[in-house]
Amino acid sequence: MSRTIVKVGMASCGIAAGGGPVFDKLHSLLDGRDDVEVKKVGCIGFCYKEPLVEIEKDGVCVTYGEVDSALAEEIVEKHIDQGQILKEHVVLNNSAEAPENPRLENQVRIVLRNTGLIDPENIDEYIAREGYRGLEKALKEMTPMQVIQEILDSGLRGRGGAGFPTGLKWKFAHLAKADKKYFVCNADEGDPGAFMDRSVLEGDPHSVLEGMAVGAYAIGADEGIIYCRAEYPLAIKHLNRALEQARERGFLGDNIMGTGFSFDIHIKEGAGAFVCGEETAMIASIEGKRGMPRPRPPFPANSGIFGKPTNINNVETLANIPWIITHGSGEFSKYGIGKSRGTKVFALAGKINKGGLAEVPMGMPLRDVIFDVAGGIPNNRKFKAVQLGGPSGGCLPEELLDTPVDYESINATGAIMGSGGMVVMDETTCIVDVAKFFLSFVQKESCGKCPFCRIGTKRMLEILERISEGNGSHEDLDLLAELAVQIKDGSLCGLGQTAPNPVLTTLKYFKEEYLAHIDDKKCPAKVCTTLIHYSIDPEKCIGCTKCARNCPVDAITGEVKKLHVINDDICVRCGKCIEVCPVGAVTVE
Amino acid sequence: MTPLTTESLEHLEARLEPLIDKYKGKKGITIPLLADVQKELGYIAEEAVDFLSKELDLPAAELFGVATFYAMFRLQPEGKYVIRVCRGTACHVQGSALIGEQIQRHFKVKDGETTEDGLFTLQYVACLGCCSLAPVMMVGNEVHGRLTPDKAIQVLESYRTRA
Repeated sequence: MSRTIVKVGMASCGIAAGGGPVFDKLHSLLDGRDDVEVKKVGCIGFCYKEPLVEIEKDGVCVTYGEVDSALAEEIVEKHIDQGQILKEHVVLNNSAEAPENPRLENQVRIVLRNTGLIDPENIDEYIAREGYRGLEKALKEMTPMQVIQEILDSGLRGRGGAGFPTGLKWKFAHLAKADKKYFVCNADEGDPGAFMDRSVLEGDPHSVLEGMAVGAYAIGADEGIIYCRAEYPLAIKHLNRALEQARERGFLGDNIMGTGFSFDIHIKEGAGAFVCGEETAMIASIEGKRGMPRPRPPFPANSGIFGKPTNINNVETLANIPWIITHGSGEFSKYGIGKSRGTKVFALAGKINKGGLAEVPMGMPLRDVIFDVAGGIPNNRKFKAVQLGGPSGGCLPEELLDTPVDYESINATGAIMGSGGMVVMDETTCIVDVAKFFLSFVQKESCGKCPFCRIGTKRMLEILERISEGNGSHEDLDLLAELAVQIKDGSLCGLGQTAPNPVLTTLKYFKEEYLAHIDDKKCPAKVCTTLIHYSIDPEKCIGCTKCARNCPVDAITGEVKKLHVINDDICVRCGKCIEVCPVGAVTVE
Repeated sequence: MTPLTTESLEHLEARLEPLIDKYKGKKGITIPLLADVQKELGYIAEEAVDFLSKELDLPAAELFGVATFYAMFRLQPEGKYVIRVCRGTACHVQGSALIGEQIQRHFKVKDGETTEDGLFTLQYVACLGCCSLAPVMMVGNEVHGRLTPDKAIQVLESYRTRA
């Protein structure tokens, strides 16, 4: 009988959900047993069921969800020792029906081919799953131009957001003549709501290293840099471990696989600036300067880090590369529609039932992603909007849910594909508040170089604040639209050029909600604090004092068994009283 | 924050000495240098910038320029645990503002401030990348998800007993 393998999801999300104690429990119960191996794996993308534990026994893989220490103990006793599957806790099963199987079957996993399945700290597990075979093929059987052609043929486009053809980018860097070239991985995933890069870096770091090595060979670079945000300590840890192992095995370093090609990678930790996701800003940051963008041309392909040709690709883009080289461009381009080929990983979050990661073929309608893969909206609430593309993107309404996810179709709506963050909102989310949220984000993150981005976003934010406080006017809406155009035209980089998108799309699709704030002085979603008021229904209040005892700011007064009253001036609208009231006497208007 | 005295200034120079050897004559060093200063001292002390600027022949303005540009660098010492309240989109729609407010009230600190006992520094940060567990906060290097205002306080109080 083969060994039973126990895999515990220990990516940041798994740990945050309580995977640590579960791993410790399983480890302490099973340590020293020859027939069982316990290991840590990355994120399989079913974050809503974390902590996850997979048991691979006699070829059958069963994944349990929402595991705690007690369940872990039961799994060992019943499943591992007696072969008895604990049906009510099963999430996935590779040889029988299981509740979440369809969510996996809807996906095509190229980028996420290994995450959640292998131990990211063990290079042998990566190698066992075709790891470094793409690099070997590229180095031994292909010329750099053939590699570039293969990537061009695959139709792969930059997954960081803009969707520039990766092969073309490589070709420019390849053609640039220089004694030194850099190959950079953009791992500065800053879009709020996107976490696919973190998941790949934590769960399958070698796929990124291999992608970089193939790319470096194609463009002729000998130095690689991974620019990774410091907010991802686990990703950096796994990358460092992967770098060491890849060097030991000769996949990085001098004379790789005896082919004469030399390439090594080091990590630069980002210091926390969203704008550094922009190529020229990132280059400035790598050079040790303030991360401020500069005009292009010259493009980084000709003049990048310290004036040398530099190619920058995002994590997800790079994780595709080894697979494309190994399986061929045709296998890749058979997925997708139009000019968008292959798959896209989406980070599903917000008001949905099944948050996490999912990789789907390009062209799947938004509706299918949100309702089939992400399981729809919880608490029987109504879908209101989906936010795509982070601060550069936009909010799309129900009517546009049949839009296929491909670069062109999404751009046509006014949103952007972006890095793949999808934040779903229901009727309890205020659209004006969301627009304000994004504006305050870009306002903070604007590097300040271009006046329209620096000051224009500030003015837009002030207008939105005015509207959310009930002091807006119809002219404000015109002013917002006017400023938006000027900021787009007057900004040097993508941050400023796209900063007004969240406002423009919400004005376009949700104008009535703005008008409710302006004309009726009402926030329909009951979010904007100045426009809502909490009160206690005298008919319902039983005088139990719970609300008064739990109010964090002592805004509620009243004696036992007598009516309680909320002082509107003190109330901070935190909702605690609603939560604790046993009779539903607290209302918001 | 206590200003550095003359004695500790000498002490400071001794602590920063290894950085001079590490970075002298190299290019693109500003960010890692400042990161090392922060690792050593806990923050970017003005005295440290003056000292390194002379020793490494870098304009102090350049060092301050970089230190004030990036969110990671602090010009003030911080508490033992840094609370990073995620203000990303997913956390926002799941009510992270209320969590931040509750922490502010409970510990009597605002964004960027440190509690009187020096235990916690509160920071509002952009996305921590654990969106499906929103709302989230990070305490030190540990991420805590699926929070409510009350749960956040409970978690933080457990660090107090740990300290």
